Amino acid sequence: MDTRIELRVDGEQRSLTVDTRTTLLDALRERLGVTTPKKGCDHGQCGSCTVLLDGRRATTCLALAVAHAGSEITTAAGLADGEELHPVARAFLEHDGLQCGYCTPGQICSAVGMLDEAEAGWPSSVTEHGEGGAALDESELDDEEIRERMSGNLCRCGAYANIVTAIREAANGSGR
Amino acid sequence: MDFLRPTSWRDALEAKAHHPDATPIAGGTDVMVEINFDHRRPTSLLDLTGIDELASWSEHGGKLRIGAGLPYTRLIDELGDRLPGLAIAARTVGSPQIRNRGTLGGNLASASPAGDGHPPLLASGAEVEVESVRGTRLLPVEEFFTGVKRHALASDELISAVHIAPATGAQQFSKIGTRNAMVIAVCTFAIALHPERQRVGTGLGSAAPTPLRAIEAEEFLSGELADSGQWDSPRPLDDSVVRQFGDLVARAASPIDDVRSTADYRTHALGVMARRTLGWVWDEYRNHPSSTGRPECA
Repeated sequence: MDTRIELRVDGEQRSLTVDTRTTLLDALRERLGVTTPKKGCDHGQCGSCTVLLDGRRATTCLALAVAHAGSEITTAAGLADGEELHPVARAFLEHDGLQCGYCTPGQICSAVGMLDEAEAGWPSSVTEHGEGGAALDESELDDEEIRERMSGNLCRCGAYANIVTAIREAANGSGR
Repeated sequence: MDFLRPTSWRDALEAKAHHPDATPIAGGTDVMVEINFDHRRPTSLLDLTGIDELASWSEHGGKLRIGAGLPYTRLIDELGDRLPGLAIAARTVGSPQIRNRGTLGGNLASASPAGDGHPPLLASGAEVEVESVRGTRLLPVEEFFTGVKRHALASDELISAVHIAPATGAQQFSKIGTRNAMVIAVCTFAIALHPERQRVGTGLGSAAPTPLRAIEAEEFLSGELADSGQWDSPRPLDDSVVRQFGDLVARAASPIDDVRSTADYRTHALGVMARRTLGWVWDEYRNHPSSTGRPECA
């Protein structure tokens, strides 16, 4: 069954007709030509298709396009301010946080979403709880926290060491 | 495939009554995997994400009512201080992206023996609120699971909420897997101390066709603690008590061999997890007998 939906993708209003079965990832890539999010595993394991969906990171392979009619989607490409790269994207480049680059758009969206979550004080499974369960202090975003909070994104080239370095710098830099 | 998107709970119940074969979908983190890999071809989907009230929680009569559509990240952030056991388990679900979307209601509806949310619900004696146009039922969580990926819902019913009392004592959860993210548990164990009624609650996952309590272990430990007056003046536990508790937990399990592990390993690991988590909660209880896992009010 076909349904007409509207999506706002990287600041641009897009209108398309999709079969109700279509995932948001396929709608973006196959129907709208937005190939920034990548299809890796198609079942939420690898994180390559991560975008910011109404501001929160989500895997688009596990989202139905029709269920997100009217949503605001930001891909890694949409994070840039014109020619100016997002500070997280720049940090990935500066620290070689990639080899082949396939997982990188998902890694970058995930990192941006993660930094927002950390800023909001969301704990992770490695967050030490102080007396009374004190919320996370952003300055405590150490390598262990970054690894745990980025655990939904796989890199088959194994660029993890530099990904952690890039995110640590972006987290502590003044650029965000 | 028909796509039904009610915007009110009443409409959702009407839709389920008219389309009893419709597959409900919330975060989509289980249903979409089945669709993408053609393991399931639903004739229609009932999308519950348009119903705001389903993604909320409230407090009535000393119990928390968690809407079935509340994503894990909000559950952890907003209720983690009052439901520490459930929050520890929720932080091990999938990955951060999955936790932004996945819900406790979806976990229950999938009814996997490996569902991470189930053991803490069992340990806390939670109830599942299910509803249809015919009315509402409250099911003790252990009556909700009827078999592997099977539950007690009638074809016109939807899960509306989970009712659970805030912690009155220490709670813990332990999970075995190759890594924290994106693994289906080899086995899981949850424990909750209920000092106000001098009881210990347990929950086991990936240990039998359904999540289950280790009732003999609960009876044994609750009895030992009460008989020795330890709820009022807690002391370090005797090794023999800890060992017996672990053995009884392991004995409650009837696991299988599968791709993730063997039955023998699961049985062994459950005993180890039971002893270890008992040590953690009992240490916490001894150090803070009145601790509820949340800050004391001034």
